Amino acid sequence: MSADDSNLLKTPLHSLHEELGGKMVPFAGYLMPVQYPLGVMGEHNHTREKAGLFDVSHMGQVVIMGENADIWLETLVPGNIVDLKTNRIRYTMFTDDNGGILDDLMITKRENDIFMVVNAACKEQDIAHMRKHLPDHLELTELNDRALVALQGPIAAEVLSRFATGADQMDFMSYAEVEICGAACFISRCGYTGEDGHEISIPADKADEVCRAILNEAEAEAIGLGARDSLRLEAGLCLYGHDITTETTPIEGSLIWSIGKRRREEGGFPGAEIILNQIATGKITRKRVGILPSGRAPAREGTVILDADDNPIGEITSGGFGPTFGAPIAMGYVTTENAANGTEIFLQVRKKKMDAIVAATPFVPQRYYRKQK
Amino acid sequence: MTTYFSEDHEWISIDGSTGTVGITEYAQNALGDIVFVEVPEVGDDFAKGDEVAVVESVKAASEIYSPVSGEIAEVNGELEDNAALVNTSPEIDGWFFKITISDDSELEGLMNADGYKAFTAGLE
Repeated sequence: MSADDSNLLKTPLHSLHEELGGKMVPFAGYLMPVQYPLGVMGEHNHTREKAGLFDVSHMGQVVIMGENADIWLETLVPGNIVDLKTNRIRYTMFTDDNGGILDDLMITKRENDIFMVVNAACKEQDIAHMRKHLPDHLELTELNDRALVALQGPIAAEVLSRFATGADQMDFMSYAEVEICGAACFISRCGYTGEDGHEISIPADKADEVCRAILNEAEAEAIGLGARDSLRLEAGLCLYGHDITTETTPIEGSLIWSIGKRRREEGGFPGAEIILNQIATGKITRKRVGILPSGRAPAREGTVILDADDNPIGEITSGGFGPTFGAPIAMGYVTTENAANGTEIFLQVRKKKMDAIVAATPFVPQRYYRKQK
Repeated sequence: MTTYFSEDHEWISIDGSTGTVGITEYAQNALGDIVFVEVPEVGDDFAKGDEVAVVESVKAASEIYSPVSGEIAEVNGELEDNAALVNTSPEIDGWFFKITISDDSELEGLMNADGYKAFTAGLE
Protein backbone atom coordinates (compact mmCIF):
# COMPACT_ATOMS: atom_id res chain seq x y z
CA MET A 1 0.00 0.00 0.00
CA SER A 2 1.49 3.33 -1.05
CA ALA A 3 1.25 6.67 0.73
CA ASP A 4 -1.17 7.81 -1.98
CA ASP A 5 -3.78 5.40 -0.63
CA SER A 6 -4.04 7.23 2.68
CA ASN A 7 -7.05 9.29 1.61
CA LEU A 8 -8.93 6.22 0.38
CA LEU A 9 -11.84 4.89 2.37
CA LYS A 10 -11.90 1.39 3.78
CA THR A 11 -14.97 -0.80 3.98
CA PRO A 12 -15.92 -2.54 7.25
CA LEU A 13 -14.40 -5.71 5.72
CA HIS A 14 -10.95 -4.20 5.12
CA SER A 15 -9.06 -6.28 7.67
CA LEU A 16 -10.76 -9.45 6.43
CA HIS A 17 -9.61 -8.68 2.86
CA GLU A 18 -6.04 -8.20 4.04
CA GLU A 19 -6.15 -11.37 6.09
CA LEU A 20 -7.42 -13.30 3.05
CA GLY A 21 -4.53 -11.96 0.94
CA GLY A 22 -6.67 -9.61 -1.14
CA LYS A 23 -4.76 -7.41 -3.57
CA MET A 24 -6.10 -3.99 -2.60
CA VAL A 25 -6.50 -1.30 -5.27
CA PRO A 26 -8.12 2.14 -5.34
CA PHE A 27 -11.66 2.00 -6.74
CA ALA A 28 -14.24 4.80 -6.59
CA GLY A 29 -12.47 6.37 -3.62
CA TYR A 30 -12.17 3.10 -1.70
CA LEU A 31 -9.47 0.53 -1.23
CA MET A 32 -11.05 -2.61 -2.66
CA PRO A 33 -9.82 -6.16 -3.33
CA VAL A 34 -9.33 -6.67 -7.08
CA GLN A 35 -8.47 -10.32 -6.47
CA TYR A 36 -7.45 -12.84 -3.81
CA PRO A 37 -4.80 -15.54 -4.11
CA LEU A 38 -7.28 -17.73 -6.07
CA GLY A 39 -6.94 -15.27 -8.99
CA VAL A 40 -9.49 -13.67 -11.31
CA MET A 41 -10.06 -16.80 -13.40
CA GLY A 42 -10.36 -19.09 -10.40
CA GLU A 43 -12.68 -16.67 -8.60
CA HIS A 44 -14.83 -16.27 -11.71
CA ASN A 45 -15.17 -20.03 -12.14
CA HIS A 46 -15.83 -20.58 -8.44
CA THR A 47 -18.75 -18.14 -8.59
CA ARG A 48 -20.22 -19.92 -11.63
CA GLU A 49 -19.82 -23.31 -9.93
CA LYS A 50 -20.48 -22.70 -6.24
CA ALA A 51 -20.82 -19.49 -4.23
CA GLY A 52 -18.76 -16.28 -4.30
CA LEU A 53 -18.85 -13.54 -1.66
CA PHE A 54 -18.23 -9.99 -2.94
CA ASP A 55 -17.70 -6.90 -0.80
CA VAL A 56 -19.77 -4.13 -2.41
CA SER A 57 -19.84 -1.90 0.67
CA HIS A 58 -18.50 0.97 -1.43
CA MET A 59 -21.92 1.21 -3.07
CA GLY A 60 -24.43 3.69 -1.65
CA GLN A 61 -27.37 2.50 0.44
CA VAL A 62 -30.08 5.11 0.77
CA VAL A 63 -33.54 5.17 2.36
CA ILE A 64 -36.33 7.57 1.39
CA MET A 65 -39.06 7.81 3.99
CA GLY A 66 -42.38 9.60 3.85
CA GLU A 67 -45.79 9.53 2.26
CA ASN A 68 -45.90 8.84 -1.48
CA ALA A 69 -42.14 8.55 -1.75
CA ASP A 70 -42.74 6.24 -4.71
CA ILE A 71 -44.73 8.88 -6.60
CA TRP A 72 -41.97 11.43 -6.00
CA LEU A 73 -39.24 8.99 -7.06
CA GLU A 74 -40.96 8.52 -10.41
CA THR A 75 -40.18 12.18 -11.15
CA LEU A 76 -36.48 11.18 -11.22
CA VAL A 77 -36.49 7.66 -12.74
CA PRO A 78 -38.32 6.08 -15.70
CA GLY A 79 -39.02 2.82 -13.84
CA ASN A 80 -42.47 1.92 -12.56
CA ILE A 81 -42.06 2.40 -8.81
CA VAL A 82 -45.66 3.21 -7.87
CA ASP A 83 -46.92 -0.22 -8.95
CA LEU A 84 -44.00 -2.06 -7.39
CA LYS A 85 -45.33 -4.38 -4.69
CA THR A 86 -44.02 -4.27 -1.13
CA ASN A 87 -40.71 -6.15 -0.72
CA ARG A 88 -40.08 -6.22 -4.45
CA ILE A 89 -37.03 -4.79 -6.22
CA ARG A 90 -36.72 -2.97 -9.54
CA TYR A 91 -33.77 -1.96 -11.70
CA THR A 92 -33.97 1.58 -13.04
CA MET A 93 -31.84 4.68 -13.62
CA PHE A 94 -31.67 8.37 -12.83
CA THR A 95 -32.01 10.29 -16.10
CA ASP A 96 -31.10 13.87 -16.91
CA ASP A 97 -33.00 16.45 -18.97
CA ASN A 98 -31.27 15.28 -22.15
CA GLY A 99 -32.36 11.69 -21.56
CA GLY A 100 -28.84 10.69 -20.54
CA ILE A 101 -28.21 8.29 -17.67
CA LEU A 102 -26.87 9.79 -14.41
CA ASP A 103 -26.62 6.38 -12.69
CA ASP A 104 -28.34 3.02 -12.65
CA LEU A 105 -29.72 1.66 -9.41
CA MET A 106 -31.86 -0.90 -7.60
CA ILE A 107 -34.99 0.29 -5.83
CA THR A 108 -36.79 -1.78 -3.19
CA LYS A 109 -40.24 -0.85 -1.99
CA ARG A 110 -40.36 -1.73 1.70
CA GLU A 111 -43.27 -1.73 4.14
CA ASN A 112 -42.67 1.86 5.31
CA ASP A 113 -40.05 3.35 3.00
CA ILE A 114 -37.94 2.95 -0.11
CA PHE A 115 -34.48 1.39 0.01
CA MET A 116 -32.07 1.91 -2.84
CA VAL A 117 -28.59 0.84 -3.82
CA VAL A 118 -26.59 3.15 -6.10
CA ASN A 119 -23.12 2.98 -7.65
CA ALA A 120 -20.11 3.92 -5.53
CA ALA A 121 -18.69 6.44 -7.97
CA CYS A 122 -22.07 8.19 -8.31
CA LYS A 123 -23.43 8.08 -4.78
CA GLU A 124 -22.53 11.60 -3.69
CA GLN A 125 -23.87 13.03 -6.93
CA ASP A 126 -27.05 10.86 -6.70
CA ILE A 127 -27.74 11.97 -3.14
CA ALA A 128 -27.20 15.63 -4.05
CA HIS A 129 -29.51 15.17 -7.04
CA MET A 130 -32.24 13.67 -4.87
CA ARG A 131 -31.83 16.25 -2.10
CA LYS A 132 -32.14 19.03 -4.66
CA HIS A 133 -35.56 17.72 -5.68
CA LEU A 134 -36.66 16.31 -2.32
CA PRO A 135 -39.97 17.73 -1.02
CA ASP A 136 -40.11 18.77 2.64
CA HIS A 137 -42.28 15.88 3.72
CA LEU A 138 -39.75 13.25 2.60
CA GLU A 139 -36.62 12.28 4.49
CA LEU A 140 -33.46 10.95 2.82
CA THR A 141 -30.99 8.91 4.88
CA GLU A 142 -27.73 7.46 3.69
CA LEU A 143 -27.02 4.19 5.51
CA ASN A 144 -23.33 4.83 6.18
CA ASP A 145 -23.42 2.39 9.06
CA ARG A 146 -24.12 -0.66 6.91
CA ALA A 147 -21.87 -2.91 4.84
CA LEU A 148 -23.14 -4.53 1.64
CA VAL A 149 -22.02 -7.89 0.27
CA ALA A 150 -23.25 -10.10 -2.54
CA LEU A 151 -23.32 -13.89 -2.28
CA GLN A 152 -23.61 -15.22 -5.82
CA GLY A 153 -23.59 -18.59 -7.55
CA PRO A 154 -25.66 -21.73 -8.02
CA ILE A 155 -25.18 -22.77 -4.37
CA ALA A 156 -25.28 -19.23 -2.93
CA ALA A 157 -28.94 -19.31 -1.85
CA GLU A 158 -28.48 -22.68 -0.20
CA VAL A 159 -25.48 -21.36 1.72
CA LEU A 160 -27.37 -18.27 2.86
CA SER A 161 -30.39 -20.35 3.91
CA ARG A 162 -28.17 -22.08 6.48
CA PHE A 163 -28.07 -18.69 8.27
CA ALA A 164 -31.45 -17.32 7.22
CA THR A 165 -34.07 -20.04 6.92
CA GLY A 166 -36.16 -19.66 3.80
CA ALA A 167 -33.72 -17.38 1.98
CA ASP A 168 -33.56 -19.97 -0.80
CA GLN A 169 -37.36 -19.80 -1.24
CA MET A 170 -37.45 -16.05 -1.96
CA ASP A 171 -38.39 -15.08 -5.50
CA PHE A 172 -35.95 -13.31 -7.79
CA MET A 173 -35.98 -9.52 -7.15
CA SER A 174 -37.63 -9.84 -3.75
CA TYR A 175 -36.54 -8.49 -0.35
CA ALA A 176 -36.64 -9.72 3.24
CA GLU A 177 -35.32 -8.68 6.65
CA VAL A 178 -33.60 -11.49 8.51
CA GLU A 179 -31.25 -12.06 11.40
CA ILE A 180 -27.81 -13.48 10.61
CA CYS A 181 -25.41 -14.12 13.53
CA GLY A 182 -27.69 -11.88 15.60
CA ALA A 183 -27.38 -8.99 13.13
CA ALA A 184 -30.41 -7.35 11.49
CA CYS A 185 -29.74 -7.88 7.78
CA PHE A 186 -31.59 -6.86 4.62
CA ILE A 187 -31.42 -9.58 1.98
CA SER A 188 -32.33 -9.00 -1.66
CA ARG A 189 -32.49 -11.84 -4.16
CA CYS A 190 -30.52 -10.15 -6.89
CA GLY A 191 -26.95 -9.46 -7.89
CA TYR A 192 -24.77 -8.53 -10.80
CA THR A 193 -23.15 -11.77 -11.95
CA GLY A 194 -25.99 -13.43 -13.87
CA GLU A 195 -26.09 -16.10 -11.17
CA ASP A 196 -28.67 -16.77 -8.49
CA GLY A 197 -27.91 -15.27 -5.10
CA HIS A 198 -28.51 -12.40 -2.73
CA GLU A 199 -27.18 -9.03 -1.78
CA ILE A 200 -26.90 -8.70 1.98
CA SER A 201 -26.90 -5.40 3.85
CA ILE A 202 -25.28 -5.86 7.27
CA PRO A 203 -24.74 -3.45 10.19
CA ALA A 204 -21.11 -2.34 9.79
CA ASP A 205 -20.03 -3.56 13.21
CA LYS A 206 -21.31 -7.08 12.47
CA ALA A 207 -20.17 -7.32 8.83
CA ASP A 208 -16.84 -8.96 9.60
CA GLU A 209 -18.47 -11.61 11.78
CA VAL A 210 -21.25 -12.38 9.27
CA CYS A 211 -18.82 -12.63 6.35
CA ARG A 212 -16.42 -14.87 8.25
CA ALA A 213 -19.35 -17.17 9.09
CA ILE A 214 -20.40 -17.32 5.43
CA LEU A 215 -16.83 -17.89 4.23
CA ASN A 216 -16.52 -20.67 6.78
CA GLU A 217 -18.99 -22.65 4.65
CA ALA A 218 -17.15 -25.06 2.35
CA GLU A 219 -18.74 -23.77 -0.87
CA ALA A 220 -18.06 -20.05 -0.29
CA GLU A 221 -14.98 -18.10 -1.40
CA ALA A 222 -14.18 -14.38 -1.30
CA ILE A 223 -14.24 -12.87 -4.80
CA GLY A 224 -12.64 -9.61 -5.95
CA LEU A 225 -13.60 -6.84 -8.35
CA GLY A 226 -11.72 -8.45 -11.25
CA ALA A 227 -14.04 -11.45 -11.37
CA ARG A 228 -17.04 -9.25 -10.62
CA ASP A 229 -16.29 -7.45 -13.89
CA SER A 230 -15.82 -10.58 -16.02
CA LEU A 231 -18.96 -12.16 -14.50
CA ARG A 232 -21.18 -9.12 -15.18
CA LEU A 233 -19.79 -8.77 -18.71
CA GLU A 234 -20.62 -12.41 -19.50
CA ALA A 235 -24.10 -11.77 -18.09
CA GLY A 236 -24.50 -8.79 -20.46
CA LEU A 237 -24.95 -6.31 -17.59
CA CYS A 238 -23.96 -2.66 -17.95
CA LEU A 239 -21.15 -1.01 -16.02
CA TYR A 240 -22.08 2.59 -15.28
CA GLY A 241 -19.58 5.15 -16.55
CA HIS A 242 -18.55 2.78 -19.31
CA ASP A 243 -21.51 1.07 -21.02
CA ILE A 244 -24.01 3.73 -19.98
CA THR A 245 -23.28 7.39 -19.22
CA THR A 246 -24.88 10.82 -19.46
CA GLU A 247 -24.09 10.57 -23.19
CA THR A 248 -26.35 7.54 -23.66
CA THR A 249 -30.11 7.29 -23.24
CA PRO A 250 -31.76 4.14 -21.86
CA ILE A 251 -32.99 3.42 -25.40
CA GLU A 252 -29.53 3.70 -26.95
CA GLY A 253 -28.28 1.64 -24.02
CA SER A 254 -30.73 -1.19 -24.89
CA LEU A 255 -32.46 -0.75 -21.52
CA ILE A 256 -35.91 -0.08 -22.99
CA TRP A 257 -37.20 -3.17 -21.10
CA SER A 258 -36.71 -1.28 -17.82
CA ILE A 259 -39.35 1.33 -18.74
CA GLY A 260 -42.85 -0.03 -18.07
CA LYS A 261 -45.97 0.55 -20.18
CA ARG A 262 -47.49 3.16 -17.87
CA ARG A 263 -44.30 5.23 -17.72
CA ARG A 264 -44.04 5.12 -21.52
CA GLU A 265 -47.56 6.51 -21.73
CA GLU A 266 -47.33 9.06 -18.93
CA GLY A 267 -43.69 10.16 -18.99
CA GLY A 268 -42.97 12.53 -16.10
CA PHE A 269 -39.27 11.75 -15.61
CA PRO A 270 -36.26 13.87 -16.66
CA GLY A 271 -35.62 13.66 -20.39
CA ALA A 272 -38.96 11.91 -21.00
CA GLU A 273 -39.64 13.92 -24.14
CA ILE A 274 -36.43 12.71 -25.75
CA ILE A 275 -36.62 9.15 -24.44
CA LEU A 276 -40.30 8.64 -25.30
CA ASN A 277 -39.74 10.10 -28.76
CA GLN A 278 -36.93 7.59 -29.29
CA ILE A 279 -39.30 4.79 -28.26
CA ALA A 280 -42.15 6.06 -30.47
CA THR A 281 -40.13 6.68 -33.62
CA GLY A 282 -37.39 4.11 -33.14
CA LYS A 283 -35.03 6.84 -34.26
CA ILE A 284 -31.70 6.48 -32.55
CA THR A 285 -28.33 6.78 -34.23
CA ARG A 286 -26.51 4.15 -32.20
CA LYS A 287 -27.24 1.24 -29.94
CA ARG A 288 -25.48 -0.85 -27.31
CA VAL A 289 -24.84 -4.39 -28.55
CA GLY A 290 -22.93 -7.53 -27.61
CA ILE A 291 -19.79 -8.18 -29.66
CA LEU A 292 -17.88 -11.41 -30.26
CA PRO A 293 -14.33 -10.95 -31.57
CA SER A 294 -13.52 -13.89 -33.86
CA GLY A 295 -9.96 -14.55 -32.69
CA ARG A 296 -8.42 -15.03 -29.27
CA ALA A 297 -7.41 -11.40 -28.69
CA PRO A 298 -9.64 -9.48 -26.28
CA ALA A 299 -10.82 -6.05 -27.52
CA ARG A 300 -10.71 -3.62 -24.61
CA GLU A 301 -12.71 -0.50 -23.77
CA GLY A 302 -11.98 2.27 -26.28
CA THR A 303 -11.36 -0.08 -29.22
CA VAL A 304 -12.66 1.52 -32.43
CA ILE A 305 -15.29 -0.46 -34.36
CA LEU A 306 -15.08 -0.29 -38.17
CA ASP A 307 -17.20 -1.43 -41.10
CA ALA A 308 -15.77 -3.39 -44.06
CA ASP A 309 -14.70 -0.11 -45.71
CA ASP A 310 -12.77 1.05 -42.61
CA ASN A 311 -15.36 3.67 -41.65
CA PRO A 312 -15.63 4.09 -37.87
CA ILE A 313 -19.09 2.89 -36.75
CA GLY A 314 -18.65 2.78 -32.99
CA GLU A 315 -16.56 1.92 -29.97
CA ILE A 316 -16.15 -0.88 -27.42
CA THR A 317 -17.27 0.20 -23.93
CA SER A 318 -16.47 -3.03 -22.03
CA GLY A 319 -14.29 -5.81 -23.32
CA GLY A 320 -12.27 -8.69 -22.04
CA PHE A 321 -12.08 -12.42 -21.86
CA GLY A 322 -15.05 -14.48 -20.70
CA PRO A 323 -13.64 -17.34 -18.61
CA THR A 324 -16.92 -19.31 -18.72
CA PHE A 325 -17.64 -18.38 -22.34
CA GLY A 326 -14.07 -19.41 -23.16
CA ALA A 327 -13.32 -16.60 -25.60
CA PRO A 328 -13.11 -12.82 -25.82
CA ILE A 329 -16.39 -10.95 -25.33
CA ALA A 330 -17.32 -7.29 -25.44
CA MET A 331 -20.09 -4.77 -25.59
CA GLY A 332 -20.16 -1.40 -27.23
CA TYR A 333 -22.11 1.06 -29.32
CA VAL A 334 -22.53 0.76 -33.08
CA THR A 335 -24.56 2.76 -35.57
CA THR A 336 -28.16 1.51 -35.68
CA GLU A 337 -27.81 0.03 -39.18
CA ASN A 338 -25.02 -2.21 -37.87
CA ALA A 339 -26.77 -3.23 -34.65
CA ALA A 340 -28.58 -6.40 -35.79
CA ASN A 341 -27.29 -9.66 -34.35
CA GLY A 342 -25.00 -11.39 -36.82
CA THR A 343 -23.75 -8.17 -38.43
CA GLU A 344 -20.10 -8.49 -39.43
CA ILE A 345 -18.00 -5.70 -37.96
CA PHE A 346 -14.28 -5.09 -37.49
CA LEU A 347 -12.23 -4.10 -34.46
CA GLN A 348 -9.05 -2.06 -34.65
CA VAL A 349 -6.94 -3.84 -32.02
CA ARG A 350 -3.55 -2.18 -32.02
CA LYS A 351 -2.25 -2.54 -35.60
CA LYS A 352 -4.62 -5.32 -36.61
CA LYS A 353 -8.14 -5.13 -37.99
CA MET A 354 -9.95 -8.10 -36.48
CA ASP A 355 -13.23 -9.72 -37.53
CA ALA A 356 -16.11 -9.68 -35.07
CA ILE A 357 -19.86 -10.10 -35.08
CA VAL A 358 -22.69 -8.38 -33.29
CA ALA A 359 -24.17 -10.97 -30.92
CA ALA A 360 -26.99 -11.37 -28.43
CA THR A 361 -26.30 -10.96 -24.73
CA PRO A 362 -26.05 -12.50 -22.19
CA PHE A 363 -23.01 -14.43 -23.42
CA VAL A 364 -23.53 -16.92 -20.58
CA PRO A 365 -27.18 -17.73 -19.75
CA GLN A 366 -28.47 -15.97 -16.64
CA ARG A 367 -29.55 -18.41 -13.94
CA TYR A 368 -31.81 -16.33 -11.71
CA TYR A 369 -34.15 -18.16 -9.37
CA ARG A 370 -37.72 -18.40 -10.56
CA LYS A 371 -40.21 -19.75 -8.05
CA GLN A 372 -42.40 -22.61 -9.26
CA LYS A 373 -45.92 -21.21 -9.39
CA MET B 1 23.74 -20.41 -22.27
CA THR B 2 23.55 -17.08 -20.46
CA THR B 3 20.25 -15.57 -19.40
CA TYR B 4 19.75 -11.86 -18.75
CA PHE B 5 16.81 -10.03 -17.21
CA SER B 6 15.30 -6.58 -17.79
CA GLU B 7 13.64 -4.17 -15.37
CA ASP B 8 10.45 -4.72 -17.42
CA HIS B 9 10.51 -8.37 -16.26
CA GLU B 10 11.60 -9.99 -19.50
CA TRP B 11 14.26 -12.66 -19.72
CA ILE B 12 16.54 -13.19 -22.72
CA SER B 13 18.54 -16.35 -23.09
CA ILE B 14 21.55 -16.07 -25.40
CA ASP B 15 22.68 -18.77 -27.86
CA GLY B 16 25.28 -17.33 -30.22
CA SER B 17 23.69 -14.31 -31.91
CA THR B 18 20.13 -15.43 -31.10
CA GLY B 19 18.22 -14.44 -27.99
CA THR B 20 15.08 -16.26 -26.80
CA VAL B 21 12.72 -13.87 -25.00
CA GLY B 22 9.89 -14.38 -22.54
CA ILE B 23 8.53 -12.91 -19.31
CA THR B 24 9.62 -13.90 -15.84
CA GLU B 25 7.92 -15.94 -13.15
CA TYR B 26 7.52 -12.67 -11.22
CA ALA B 27 5.75 -11.05 -14.20
CA GLN B 28 3.34 -13.93 -14.86
CA ASN B 29 2.43 -13.97 -11.20
CA ALA B 30 1.72 -10.24 -11.21
CA LEU B 31 -0.31 -10.42 -14.44
CA GLY B 32 -2.48 -13.32 -13.37
CA ASP B 33 -4.33 -15.65 -15.74
CA ILE B 34 -3.03 -14.99 -19.25
CA VAL B 35 -5.58 -15.52 -22.01
CA PHE B 36 -3.81 -14.19 -25.11
CA VAL B 37 -0.33 -13.27 -26.30
CA GLU B 38 0.20 -11.15 -29.41
CA VAL B 39 3.64 -12.08 -30.70
CA PRO B 40 5.53 -10.14 -33.42
CA GLU B 41 5.87 -11.27 -37.05
CA VAL B 42 8.98 -13.17 -38.13
CA GLY B 43 11.26 -10.78 -40.05
CA ASP B 44 10.11 -7.63 -38.23
CA ASP B 45 12.82 -5.37 -36.82
CA PHE B 46 12.66 -3.86 -33.37
CA ALA B 47 14.86 -1.44 -31.49
CA LYS B 48 15.61 -1.99 -27.82
CA GLY B 49 12.64 -0.68 -25.82
CA ASP B 50 10.12 -0.98 -28.69
CA GLU B 51 6.74 -2.51 -27.96
CA VAL B 52 7.21 -6.01 -29.37
CA ALA B 53 4.37 -8.09 -27.91
CA VAL B 54 1.21 -7.77 -25.85
CA VAL B 55 0.09 -10.02 -23.02
CA GLU B 56 -3.61 -10.07 -22.19
CA SER B 57 -4.82 -11.28 -18.82
CA VAL B 58 -8.51 -11.51 -17.89
CA LYS B 59 -8.08 -8.06 -16.35
CA ALA B 60 -5.96 -6.04 -18.75
CA ALA B 61 -3.49 -5.79 -21.62
CA SER B 62 0.22 -5.29 -20.88
CA GLU B 63 2.88 -4.30 -23.39
CA ILE B 64 6.14 -6.20 -23.65
CA TYR B 65 9.21 -4.19 -24.70
CA SER B 66 12.10 -5.67 -26.63
CA PRO B 67 15.12 -6.08 -24.31
CA VAL B 68 17.49 -5.76 -27.29
CA SER B 69 17.51 -4.53 -30.89
CA GLY B 70 17.26 -7.06 -33.70
CA GLU B 71 15.16 -9.03 -36.15
CA ILE B 72 12.52 -11.58 -35.14
CA ALA B 73 13.75 -15.05 -36.16
CA GLU B 74 10.99 -17.25 -34.74
CA VAL B 75 7.82 -16.97 -32.64
CA ASN B 76 6.28 -19.48 -30.25
CA GLY B 77 3.26 -20.83 -32.15
CA GLU B 78 2.15 -22.83 -29.11
CA LEU B 79 0.98 -19.62 -27.44
CA GLU B 80 -1.70 -19.07 -30.07
CA ASP B 81 -3.85 -21.88 -28.69
CA ASN B 82 -2.41 -22.08 -25.21
CA ALA B 83 -1.50 -18.67 -23.79
CA ALA B 84 -1.69 -20.20 -20.30
CA LEU B 85 1.75 -21.73 -21.00
CA VAL B 86 3.08 -18.35 -19.93
CA ASN B 87 1.55 -18.92 -16.49
CA THR B 88 2.57 -22.56 -16.14
CA SER B 89 6.06 -22.34 -17.66
CA PRO B 90 7.02 -18.70 -18.16
CA GLU B 91 10.76 -19.26 -18.36
CA ILE B 92 10.80 -22.45 -20.47
CA ASP B 93 7.80 -23.48 -22.63
CA GLY B 94 6.13 -20.07 -22.50
CA TRP B 95 8.84 -18.21 -24.45
CA PHE B 96 7.55 -15.52 -26.83
CA PHE B 97 10.05 -15.12 -29.67
CA LYS B 98 13.64 -15.55 -30.81
CA ILE B 99 15.47 -12.44 -31.97
CA THR B 100 18.71 -12.10 -33.98
CA ILE B 101 20.62 -9.61 -31.84
CA SER B 102 22.07 -6.69 -33.80
CA ASP B 103 24.14 -5.16 -31.01
CA ASP B 104 25.66 -7.40 -28.33
CA SER B 105 26.64 -4.38 -26.23
CA GLU B 106 22.99 -3.83 -25.34
CA LEU B 107 23.13 -6.94 -23.17
CA GLU B 108 25.46 -5.11 -20.81
CA GLY B 109 22.61 -2.98 -19.51
CA LEU B 110 20.63 -6.05 -18.43
CA MET B 111 20.77 -7.91 -15.11
CA ASN B 112 21.97 -11.42 -14.35
CA ALA B 113 19.80 -13.84 -12.34
CA ASP B 114 21.15 -12.66 -8.98
CA GLY B 115 20.74 -9.00 -9.96
CA TYR B 116 17.16 -9.58 -11.07
CA LYS B 117 16.36 -11.48 -7.86
CA ALA B 118 17.60 -8.52 -5.82
CA PHE B 119 15.67 -6.15 -8.10
CA THR B 120 12.34 -7.94 -7.59
CA ALA B 121 12.98 -8.30 -3.86
CA GLY B 122 13.20 -4.51 -3.77
CA LEU B 123 9.74 -4.24 -5.34
CA GLU B 124 7.95 -6.18 -2.63
